[in-house]
Amino acid sequence: MRRSMLFLPGNAPKMIINGNFLGSDAVIFDLEDAVAPAEKDAARILVRNVMRDLEFDRCEIIVRINSTDTPFWQLDLNEILPQKPDIIMLPKTGCAHDVEVVDDYITAMEEKLGFAHNTVRLMPLIETALGVENAYSIASARPRVTALFLGAEDLTADLRCKRTKEGREIEYARHRMVMAARAAGVDVYDTPFTDVNDDEGILTDAALAKSFGFTGKASISPRHINAINQVFSPTKEEINYAYEVMDAIALAKEQGKGAIALHGKMIDAPIVARAQQTIAAAEALGIHKEDLV
Amino acid sequence: MRDTKLVASIREAIVQSGLKDGMTISFHHHLRNGDYVLNMVMEEIAALGIKDITINATAIFDVHAPLIDHIKNHVVTKLQTDYMAASVGGVISKGIMDTPVEFRTHGGRPNDIAEGRTPIDVAFIAAPISDPMGNCSGKYGKSACGSFGYPLLDAMYAKKVVVITDELVPYPLVDWSVSEVYVDYVVCVDAIGDPNGIVSGTTRITRDPVGLVMAAQAVKVVEYSGLFKDGFSFQTGAGGATLAGAKFLKDLMLEKGVQGSFVMGGITSYLVDMLQSGCFRTLLDGQCFDLKAIESIRTDPRHQEVSIYQYAAPDACSSIVDSLDVVFAGATEIDTDFNVNVHTDSNGSIMGGSGGHSDICAGAKMSVIITPMFRNRLPMIRDHVTCVSTPGKDIDVVVTQGGIAVNPKNVELKERLMAAGLPIVDIFELKEKAERMTGKPQPVPHGDRIVAEVISRNGGIQDHIYNVL
Repeated sequence: MRRSMLFLPGNAPKMIINGNFLGSDAVIFDLEDAVAPAEKDAARILVRNVMRDLEFDRCEIIVRINSTDTPFWQLDLNEILPQKPDIIMLPKTGCAHDVEVVDDYITAMEEKLGFAHNTVRLMPLIETALGVENAYSIASARPRVTALFLGAEDLTADLRCKRTKEGREIEYARHRMVMAARAAGVDVYDTPFTDVNDDEGILTDAALAKSFGFTGKASISPRHINAINQVFSPTKEEINYAYEVMDAIALAKEQGKGAIALHGKMIDAPIVARAQQTIAAAEALGIHKEDLV
Repeated sequence: MRDTKLVASIREAIVQSGLKDGMTISFHHHLRNGDYVLNMVMEEIAALGIKDITINATAIFDVHAPLIDHIKNHVVTKLQTDYMAASVGGVISKGIMDTPVEFRTHGGRPNDIAEGRTPIDVAFIAAPISDPMGNCSGKYGKSACGSFGYPLLDAMYAKKVVVITDELVPYPLVDWSVSEVYVDYVVCVDAIGDPNGIVSGTTRITRDPVGLVMAAQAVKVVEYSGLFKDGFSFQTGAGGATLAGAKFLKDLMLEKGVQGSFVMGGITSYLVDMLQSGCFRTLLDGQCFDLKAIESIRTDPRHQEVSIYQYAAPDACSSIVDSLDVVFAGATEIDTDFNVNVHTDSNGSIMGGSGGHSDICAGAKMSVIITPMFRNRLPMIRDHVTCVSTPGKDIDVVVTQGGIAVNPKNVELKERLMAAGLPIVDIFELKEKAERMTGKPQPVPHGDRIVAEVISRNGGIQDHIYNVL
């Protein structure tokens, strides 16, 4: 289960070496904005070596390559893909064509490397007004796309508005992203909360994102990971309720009833679907029915 | 009748005390890296032409670097201490002294003084406030440091006691810590220390993400140890991940509604917060680390000053460490036998000392070492530590970012922690894991000259530190 994704600069070995231990479900080795043009090659080689030599058994590996309007993205893929990252993050994705270009390149490399097709997944980063407007076509462009990710810093610059803690300026983009991703059947990740010293603010911001339907959230600070994991995990009460729903449905079937009430409320198909999602999330986190009291 | 003990200068106090070649004097580190007193006294002793002095100090900080010249000039020929910072330790490690430094623990030092094994001829006590008869305290004055835990025992046992203050008040000072009955001379000087080096304005927990991850895991160890219940007692250090552990522990205690009996310290604002929010009934304080702690010891009767003898002396009828449930402590290295080094860096150069490390680990029901698997490119879990500061028999759990190792002697504790789903790994596995990332370091050769002896808290030489090459 991927709730949290932690950005680690691709040129910061001291941070990268501890990436496996910081509690995030995925780490994002960043070759793009965190790395100055003069250091692109060094970062690329460092990240390649880290993936080759270090053990990452507690989290997925995502690599943010450079965007397709730079001369770096193919060089990034040439170094990184042989190490079989879980996901490539493509920044500044503006339209389906961006996805297609990168997907074709990865497909060719996968064949050359002897990897099964779509071994390496793709997560487009939507951070322009054009990208937001094209979100559904981006999400559904190729089966390799596994999730959308909203980047609000670049987006608000593109929108020519101020980025605020409350986030009213990105409310439309957030809704649009969730709608597009869910329509395309992929996951969707919220933008990082950038005040690394605000321990309360991250909880509020993550809870807001969850209430909109996001799957999880990225972070630029390891100190926010616990809060994100906490918010995007089902609570004990939610899990208990989900099992009650499933038990009630089973009982209804046994008794040959079409519908049944639980705590005075009729159980219908959406409630069952949500209960199934909650139980699946709990199972993915290793929380089983017998663990609950 | 004696109407005052005031003397005009430090030099006069030294002369009147009868200090001569070959004698032993003592100092205390409650003014930490802001202390002026050790340097001022040593300058006068050197100027008087006195040689061959033994210094018995609770700790030697970077600010005491002028000691190096006194050693080279044979004014000081022997050092006994519980801790030595790197600026002095690094030079000592080169072998500049003919006699090895004697390292004791915070409990072992006052114990040996009280038992007459290391008698003190003259104790020099830096006092943030004093009256002319020597009733003195650390709680008030421009150089306030809070608890007076370190000098209390020396005042009782030294043959002569000199109080050096920069805030002289009329007799009698109320709320004294050291009583006039022990004091021979009082000197008033312009300043005994730099307030900025004595305490911090505020203490902040680490921002290091690895430190925070380890602290959170250490608190989980406490939660599932079987010791976490009403009446629980605790001690933690003031640095790095150990202090972060205190903050997370506070959150857990409030969430679970557990009220502990006492926290021993090294008191910081975080521990004062725990007292004030009802997590613990009492703070026992051997030393204050920040202004909030000083304010608290002055005003809150639940915040009790204690002597370091009561804190940790192994031959006392009882000491506080014997009543501790859980302690968090650090390590510069740890080995697969759970021995901990806090005296030297990995090159064998002196940069610390036990302080109370060995005492609390021996006394507590569960000692938890919090240390990263590696620092920069060096693995911290070794086949053998460079120096055994605290023996592995007194270490119960090691928390790293890569997993938690439980000393094999603690079968039941290991089972409890595993049942709670904590990432328990064998210490050999942790060592291999670290070495897979850093490589296995080449052994660092050392010279054949002993520069320091590490004396265990119960007496007896536990290890030697050799000169660096």
